[in-house]
Amino acid sequence: MRESAQRPRQIQPSLDQIYPPGEDTHLLLRAAMEEVRPSDEVLEIGCGMGLISRGMAQQAKDLIATDINPHAASLVKGYGIKAIRADLFRGIKGSFDLVIFNPPYLPTFPDERLDGWLNLAFDGGESGRDTIVQFLRDLRPHLRPGGRALMLISSLTGVEKVIEEASGQGLASQELTSESHFFEKLIVLRLTVSKSIDC
Amino acid sequence: MKRDLMEILACPLCKGDLTLEVFEEDEREIITGKLFCQACNETYPIEDGIPNMLPPDLRD
Repeated sequence: MRESAQRPRQIQPSLDQIYPPGEDTHLLLRAAMEEVRPSDEVLEIGCGMGLISRGMAQQAKDLIATDINPHAASLVKGYGIKAIRADLFRGIKGSFDLVIFNPPYLPTFPDERLDGWLNLAFDGGESGRDTIVQFLRDLRPHLRPGGRALMLISSLTGVEKVIEEASGQGLASQELTSESHFFEKLIVLRLTVSKSIDC
Repeated sequence: MKRDLMEILACPLCKGDLTLEVFEEDEREIITGKLFCQACNETYPIEDGIPNMLPPDLRD
């Protein structure tokens, strides 16, 4: 902990208001640790408890973590990580070598929503893709030449539809790794700018 | 936040540049302050060293 952690804080992070690391987090963490290069400037969107950001911060040249949730932003800030409260790329300019995103990917109907900040970590809208689609629409200008994004999705999210949406935004998708669980398959997609669009 | 974070912060409404006003800063970083977008006439607070780039309707 650095000195700023000892300063009285306006927001005391409440752990029960932050998405806890799960199988999805660990799968994405492993993929991200293999992907990251020492020269990378990395942006993690939706850092939650910061497990991935903390891992990446030791490997990358620079790491910035964002979350819409004030508890998450405050928690990771206490770890000495550069934290921003933001909604996806809104409020962020500039481009990165590597963008990491574990989005809310579960199809969620209005009566299934949770209370409070935690809902934003799960609720992917009725298709499961609401937040993912917005992310894909905004991603391309935030990737440097040769830049990559790693995004976790589930078989419940509709993998083909996600890849189709990415393709429509000039992004090529590659399935980096996957893991089957009892009701879903978790997949890490690696997104890069399609060369065909640049021509 | 460190001052160099300004390089990647933009108004969430118009993506325009922001003006920084510092209220409290230590030897490492800005602790409290605000970011102002002149085009949108909107202010984004910096608290506990964390810039809050959420549009006003998403803050609470």
